[in-house]
Amino acid sequence: MDAFTTHTGVAAPLKRSAVDTDQIIPAVYLKRVTKTGFEDALFANWRPDPEFVLNQPAYAGASILVAGPDFGTGSSREHAVWALRDYGFKVVLSTKFADIFRGNSGKQGLLTGVVSEADLEAIWALLDAHPGIAMTVDLDAREARVGGSDGAAPLLTVPFDIDDYTRWRLLEGLDDIGLTLRSEDKIAQFEARREAWRPRTLPVP
Amino acid sequence: MTTNDITPPSPIPEHPRTLAEKVWDDHLVVKGENGEPDLIYIDLHLVHEVTSPQAFDGLRAEGRPVRRLDLTIATEDHNTPTLDIDKPIADLTSRTQIETLRRNAEEFGVRLHSLGDKEQGIVHVVGPQLGLTMPGITVVCGDSHTSTHGAFGAMAFGIGTSEVEHVLATQTLPLKPFKTMAITVEGVLKPGVTAKDIILAVIAKIGTNGGQGYVLEFRGSAVRALSMEGRMTMCNMSIEAGARAGMVAPDETTFAYLKGRPHAPQGQDWDDAVAYWRTLPSDEGAVYDAEVFLDANELEPFVTWGTNPGQGVSLSDVVPDPESFADPNERAAAERALEYMDLTAGTPLKDVTVDAVFMGSCTNSRIEDLRAFASIIEGRTKAEGVRVMVVPGSARVRLEAEAEGLDKVFQDFGAEWRFAGCSMCLGMNPDQLAPGERCASTSNRNFEGRQGKGGRTHLVSPLVAAATAVLGRLASPADLEAADLVAAGPAAADRVDEQSGGAR
Repeated sequence: MDAFTTHTGVAAPLKRSAVDTDQIIPAVYLKRVTKTGFEDALFANWRPDPEFVLNQPAYAGASILVAGPDFGTGSSREHAVWALRDYGFKVVLSTKFADIFRGNSGKQGLLTGVVSEADLEAIWALLDAHPGIAMTVDLDAREARVGGSDGAAPLLTVPFDIDDYTRWRLLEGLDDIGLTLRSEDKIAQFEARREAWRPRTLPVP
Repeated sequence: MTTNDITPPSPIPEHPRTLAEKVWDDHLVVKGENGEPDLIYIDLHLVHEVTSPQAFDGLRAEGRPVRRLDLTIATEDHNTPTLDIDKPIADLTSRTQIETLRRNAEEFGVRLHSLGDKEQGIVHVVGPQLGLTMPGITVVCGDSHTSTHGAFGAMAFGIGTSEVEHVLATQTLPLKPFKTMAITVEGVLKPGVTAKDIILAVIAKIGTNGGQGYVLEFRGSAVRALSMEGRMTMCNMSIEAGARAGMVAPDETTFAYLKGRPHAPQGQDWDDAVAYWRTLPSDEGAVYDAEVFLDANELEPFVTWGTNPGQGVSLSDVVPDPESFADPNERAAAERALEYMDLTAGTPLKDVTVDAVFMGSCTNSRIEDLRAFASIIEGRTKAEGVRVMVVPGSARVRLEAEAEGLDKVFQDFGAEWRFAGCSMCLGMNPDQLAPGERCASTSNRNFEGRQGKGGRTHLVSPLVAAATAVLGRLASPADLEAADLVAAGPAAADRVDEQSGGAR
C-alpha cells in the first residue's frame, strides 16, 4: 500500500445521501476471483445514465469524491473499497461514513475524511461553479483545499476529521499485513524456537 | 538482619489455565498492549478454492510471497462435482474458482490436492487424515467449519478472505483473546445416540448465538468415550452455536488416532510431542467464563425441525408449537420456520416423510460415519421414491470404504455412491434439493435454501439418516427393529418382548 501524504486531483460531487455498498458495487460483481479490476463495477447501476456525475467530461479522471451523508452503509463487502480504488479514487469526503466501510477503507489506503455539513455545501457550491477544479487533500494538516494547486491561493480551505490511528497508517502506507510485518523480527524469533514436531505440509511424505 | 531473612521469594504459582489458554499462550508472537490485539502464530493454514482467490490476488498486487509454504496446504472441495469428475466442470463460476486455485497454487508454490488426486477431499477431512492436525497447534482456514480440528486439542477457527491473505503473507493473525466455555457432558450414551445428537442437543440448549465470543471446551466422561470422528463432529458444529472454536483435550484416543499418519511426528519428535500434549488438558481449578452441563444418559437421537441448527428436539418428540416459546423473537422464528418447512405443530417427527437422504459433509463423512450408516442399511433396500446420496469426505475415505466393501452395501441398498466433496451440504455443485424437497441430512446447516432453493433440511446423525432412508420417514435404528417385528407378524413381536423381559 502506498503512503499517503498529500493528494491533488479532480474532485467530483456526488450529491446523494446514504449511498450504500450495493450502490457502490452491485452484488453481481462479487462473483469475481480477483481483488483488482473492479473499476467497471463502481456505481454500475448509475453509470449507464449520461447525466451521472462521473460521465460528465469535467469530472473525467476524478480522484476525490465529495459525497452526501451516510456513505458506505449496508453490506460489509470490501469490494466497495476495491471498486472506488480501482476507478482511481484516493479520497472520499462526506459528513458521515458507515463504520465498516470506513474501517475497510483505512486498510486499503482509501482516505475517508469527515467534513462539516456547512463545509460540504461550500465545497459542492465551488465544484458546481468551477466544474473539474482540482482539490488538494493534505493528510498531514488534516485539511482539504479547493483550487490553489497552481500556486494561487485556494478558494476554500476546510478541516476534515480522521482518527489518529488510521491517519498514521495511511501516512506510513501500512495495510494490515504491512503493520504485522513491522514485527517481522519477532515472527522470525518465534519461528526459530518452534518445535520440530509441529506440522509441516512439505515435503510430501 | 540474619541470613534467614534473605530467603528467595517463593515462585508465584502459575494460575491454573484452560486448554484454550495454554494453546493461545504458546502461540503468542507479540502481546498486544493498550487494548490492541495479540499477534498469534498459525501452525497450519488450510486453503480451498472459494475463499482464497482474492487473497492470492492481494499478495500478487503487493508483490508478497507466501511466507510459509511448508505450513500451507490446499484442496478443492466446495465446488467439485461428485459425478463425472474426469469431465470439465459445467458451472462457469465453479470452474473459474477451481482453475484459479490451480493457477495460484502453481504460481506461489502451494501444495494442492486437486480433483482426482487421492488426497483430495473436504479440507476438514483431509487435514486430520494426513496427520497434519494435531494437539496444541493453531489451525485456520477460510471456512467456518475449521472448528472441526479442535477435536485434537488444537485451536482451530474460520477466517475471512482478508485474513487468509494475512496468514499467507505473515503466518500470523492479530487476534483478541476469546472467552472460554466448558461444556461438560457426563454419563453414558444410549445405543443409537451419537456425537451428532450431543452437539445438536448442546446447540438447542445454548442457542445459535450462545457460544458467541467463546471457545467451547467439550469435556466429561461422554466426550472422553467418543472416537476422534465423534469429537470432530462435535467440534465441527461449535460454530453453529456461534462459537469461534470448539476443543477437546488430547488423550490416548487422540494419540492412537495420530500415530503413524503420514505427517504425524516420528521417533524423538513423537515422544517430545506426546510429552507436551500431555500438559495441555485444562488444569485443576482452571476458571471458565461460562459453564454448561448436559446429562448424556438422558439424550435421545436428535433432529432439527426448523431452519437453524438450534431448532431441534428429540426424534421421539413432536413439532413444537410456536406459542410454546416465551421469547417473541423465537416464537416468530418458529412460525416462519414451520411455514418454510411445511410442518404443523404437534406432528410427531417420526411421521415426517422425506424425499432425500444426504450422508456426507465435513460433519459426518469420515470412514466411521460411513461404517455406521452401512451397519444399519446392510441387507436392506431403501424406501421407495427416496433419493439416497452417500458422499465420502475425501478420496481416501472413498478408497477405504471400497476396500471394506461398503460401496457395495450402499449400492445394493439403492444409494448413490459419489466422489468426495462438500456436495449437498451447501449445493455449490450440482448436488441440490429441488424446491419443496425434504431431506434428512448428516450435514451441519438447515438454513432456508442451504441445500438448494426451497429445499427443506432436517439435521440428523448417520444412524438416523440410515434408518430414515430405510423407512422413508424420520426414524432411529430402534424404530427399524420395531418395524421389522411388525413386518414379521405379531408372534415375532411377542417373542422378542419376552426375551427382553418386556422392557420394550
